[in-house]
Amino acid sequence: MNHAAEYTPDEIMTIAAARKFRDRATCFVGVGLPSIAACLARQLHAPDIVLVYESGAIGARPAKPPLSIADEELAETADFIVSVPEIFSYWLQGGRIDIGFLGAAQIDRFANLNSTVIGRYDSPKVRMPGAGGAPQITTGAREIVVVLRQTTRSFVSELDFLTTARCKGPTTVITDLGILETHPATAELTLTSRHPGIDVDQIREATAWPLKVSDSLRETDPPTDLELSTLRELQ
Amino acid sequence: MAKVTTLKDAIAEFVHDGDLVAAEGFSHLVPFAAGHEIIRQQRRDLTLVRLSADLICDQMIGMGCVRKLVFSWAGNPGLGLLHRFRDAVEKGWPVPLELEEHNHAGLTVAFTAGAARLPFGILRGYTETDLVNHTSGVRAIECPFTGEKIAAVRAVNPDVAIIHAQRADTQGNVQLWGIIGIQKEAVLAAKTAIVTVEEICDRLEPVANSVILPSWVLAAVVHAPRGALPSYAHGYYTRDNDFYREWDSIARDRDRFKEWMAQNVLQCVPA
Repeated sequence: MNHAAEYTPDEIMTIAAARKFRDRATCFVGVGLPSIAACLARQLHAPDIVLVYESGAIGARPAKPPLSIADEELAETADFIVSVPEIFSYWLQGGRIDIGFLGAAQIDRFANLNSTVIGRYDSPKVRMPGAGGAPQITTGAREIVVVLRQTTRSFVSELDFLTTARCKGPTTVITDLGILETHPATAELTLTSRHPGIDVDQIREATAWPLKVSDSLRETDPPTDLELSTLRELQ
Repeated sequence: MAKVTTLKDAIAEFVHDGDLVAAEGFSHLVPFAAGHEIIRQQRRDLTLVRLSADLICDQMIGMGCVRKLVFSWAGNPGLGLLHRFRDAVEKGWPVPLELEEHNHAGLTVAFTAGAARLPFGILRGYTETDLVNHTSGVRAIECPFTGEKIAAVRAVNPDVAIIHAQRADTQGNVQLWGIIGIQKEAVLAAKTAIVTVEEICDRLEPVANSVILPSWVLAAVVHAPRGALPSYAHGYYTRDNDFYREWDSIARDRDRFKEWMAQNVLQCVPA
């Protein structure tokens, strides 16, 4: 069965993010797309993943993606619950998290993030929620996955505000067009995979800086029937 | 010893214009009933401290109670932006809102230092971001043992902390459990503390993971059943997610917001 036209850009983005959850890894996730991807991964290839929420729920097993990071289901299904001071100090800063999953409004070529304002801080065009736990996640987690749609408004040459400094470890950015990874030597984001039906020029045009493309550029595996049907049942 | 009293009397006695007020509860046990009483009593010029500034902040800001917000995230959880907060920041309505902005980990160590009566808390990260240019309470310091640069965050010691909990006993000892957030630290950092509870019982039965706040660290305990709605109280009622969705359209428009607050907060007399 050919799925070329049968999934949306958001669906392949979510499915590509779900594939980044390694089984048994400890993963710090927020609400929204990262949490949907986490639920998908747990139902498919990563049943023993350890989901950690900043509300202090560790080892939560939500059947459906929660609306807030502190939903009752997270508390009820967690292996244990810790306080907010403990989650940030012992678990994140203490280096117990393998992968942190984040969203953002803007990203630059080194995977620094903005989730604070569009425009100037003192007279913003759009005032957004701000940092939350993200800066401590990039500081404490070994590896980061960022999920956001790719346009020249989000992939900017200069952030309007630096909310969250990049992770010292590897960062993967998953978009609706492809996958970018930080280069091990230069830390610059490099396009390593394009989604089926998307060409490289299209991805370059959606990026405000001159985008580096890997010599071994891959094509993302299209969503399988199982991935798509499981995702749709979750939503 | 805490006095077991009414919501009206507790807010009247312990929350004053110009106070530094911490309202905590991390999406769970959000002290909505107490926030609504502050709105009804028309407190002004408050500095409100809250990690996850969500709907209760949006309501207090939109009703003109708040001069300054100390926070680390402001939004409608899982749904998007806060319209009353945005209107105050972007257009100064109904009054201009001053911001002292942190990230969660930074404001967390400010509370833990405050609870320990230390001058500042420390953490890694933070200093590499633009936030430090907009917050007076963060400085880089050098570790005296290794020379490592770390961030120091000035302690926060609120005039009053307000939280909601599952239950208290008749002596005013308080018990809360489930997602316990940063309520214990907020209460111990503050000069006075008000706790609203779902029920008052003869004695507190042990519950796994529960936090106990003894009566002698609290100023007032108030029986306020369903006082965390539309957030939830673990073991009592679930989160009203539909209301959180509805809030987006209520808060989008100034008139609709004022009408909603008039009908659902101002004209309601607490039990």
